Amino acid sequence: MAIVVENLTKKYGVQKAVNDISFEINTGEVVGFLGPNGAGKSTTMKMITCFMAPTAGDVTVEGASILSDPESVKRKIGYLPENNPLYLDMPIVDYLRFSAEIQGVHKSDIPTRIGEMIEKCGLDAEKHKNIQELSKGYRQRVGLAQAMIHDPEVLILDEPTTGLDPNQIVEIRKLIKELGKEKTVILSSHILSEVEATCDRILIINKGRIVADGTADTLRQQAQGQELLTVHIEASKGDIQKELLGLKTVETVSAIEGKEHWFTVQSKPDASSRKEVFDLCVSKKWYLLEMTGMETRLEDVFRNLTN
Amino acid sequence: MSKVWIITKRELSAFFDSLIAYVMIILFLGLSGSFTWLFGTNIFMLSQASLDVFYDVAYWSLFFFIPAITMRMIAEENKSGTIELLITKAISDNQIVLGKFLACLILVGIALLCTVPYYVTISQLGNVDDGAVLGGYLAMFFLSASYIGIGLFASSLTQNQIVAFLVALFIGIFFHMLFDVIGSGGTGFVGELFSYLSIRTHVDSLSRGVIDSRDIIYFVSLILVGLLGTQIMLSKRNWK
Repeated sequence: MAIVVENLTKKYGVQKAVNDISFEINTGEVVGFLGPNGAGKSTTMKMITCFMAPTAGDVTVEGASILSDPESVKRKIGYLPENNPLYLDMPIVDYLRFSAEIQGVHKSDIPTRIGEMIEKCGLDAEKHKNIQELSKGYRQRVGLAQAMIHDPEVLILDEPTTGLDPNQIVEIRKLIKELGKEKTVILSSHILSEVEATCDRILIINKGRIVADGTADTLRQQAQGQELLTVHIEASKGDIQKELLGLKTVETVSAIEGKEHWFTVQSKPDASSRKEVFDLCVSKKWYLLEMTGMETRLEDVFRNLTN
Repeated sequence: MSKVWIITKRELSAFFDSLIAYVMIILFLGLSGSFTWLFGTNIFMLSQASLDVFYDVAYWSLFFFIPAITMRMIAEENKSGTIELLITKAISDNQIVLGKFLACLILVGIALLCTVPYYVTISQLGNVDDGAVLGGYLAMFFLSASYIGIGLFASSLTQNQIVAFLVALFIGIFFHMLFDVIGSGGTGFVGELFSYLSIRTHVDSLSRGVIDSRDIIYFVSLILVGLLGTQIMLSKRNWK
């Protein structure tokens, strides 16, 4: 077990930013924290990384507790804070050396580690520049490089792709996926596709509590519930809506606004109405022009859970 | 200890990579030099082979320069968020504070060392009391260290460097001047207490060339209080 979070709570004044959450993360898992703004993702991360102490509860990282042994927790973690703060006045190489020294990398290993990080994060062309001369995407890479410089067992990345262009996002995601093969990674985001693309497991956090925990597929299945179809039927006579509603498996039918002859058909729980709708059209001599099943998207799961 | 030095090294290179260090040293030398040698009641007017004039100027110029050096030390990190980066690395709060303190002290130390030619020149002009000179430099060194402690504390209170500068001056002026004024006005225990609290008393006593343990204890406690205050402000994030 790489990370064990037990009854973690953080109060800001009377407001509970994180409210009694518990979860465990296995070694080698890539976990995404998903949640609306202000849900408590960053606060949770700040407590795991020993930036602030929890009001109650404890976290152990590879067996070390944040309360009793913060120094070894910090050594095991590589952290990329939100907004990626960096010492802008330092050249990249100096900055990486500073991070390595402070994290206790052995002096003789430092040059090779810096070389590896520069290669891994694609910083080779820029390595002699000052950090303030870099574009946002490159700064993000420097942030990742400093987080990984001491080869930590756990990587915690707070919104690693904000402010990047689509190409850079793809590259950073690729990098995270690659890292996830050897390391435990926690990343936070409010972009669903990102979490879906990179994470083995998703924790949805809302108002300081975990409201869902599982892979993207299981979350979708849980939320799926009843089958939803969109149908387009052309009929010369007869009341389509009424006939559809007459089917045994159908629960509700509603006409789609602004489109003639389009309907949304919701089936009863654990039933499918596809065949029935088709048979009905055949027997009434209607033309069935289109019938699409609507899959629950992660967006809908998210909105259901956090609204 | 080596972690402290890593922080010190970074801060020192930040001083020297930006212009802060050079501006500070040149201004300090220019100001103290011109008032010691050229303007006002300078050394030639006094016609004594002593560095007292220089110490008087340094007493005031350090009072203003040190807050200017310390103001960015923590306030800037609070503002840019790099403090989060620093704290979440394998280093403790007091190592961070100590590292920054040492960096400022080394910078001021370099500025003070640059004034050694003044001593050499004056010693050519007449007989200098070496003990008093040494005591005077020691007093300047301790005075600087005390103000660095206060300055770091002021810097840890805020995200704004200007506020940090002004707060440091505000706290500093009590030790620099006001306690002395209150002390000389008061009588009995109160008068003695405030004279003891005034930095002037101890600087004067050290510059006479007498190294008294009371003065050393005073300065060391003042430094420790400043550093402790800074560390408490850094650890404030851990309050439940």
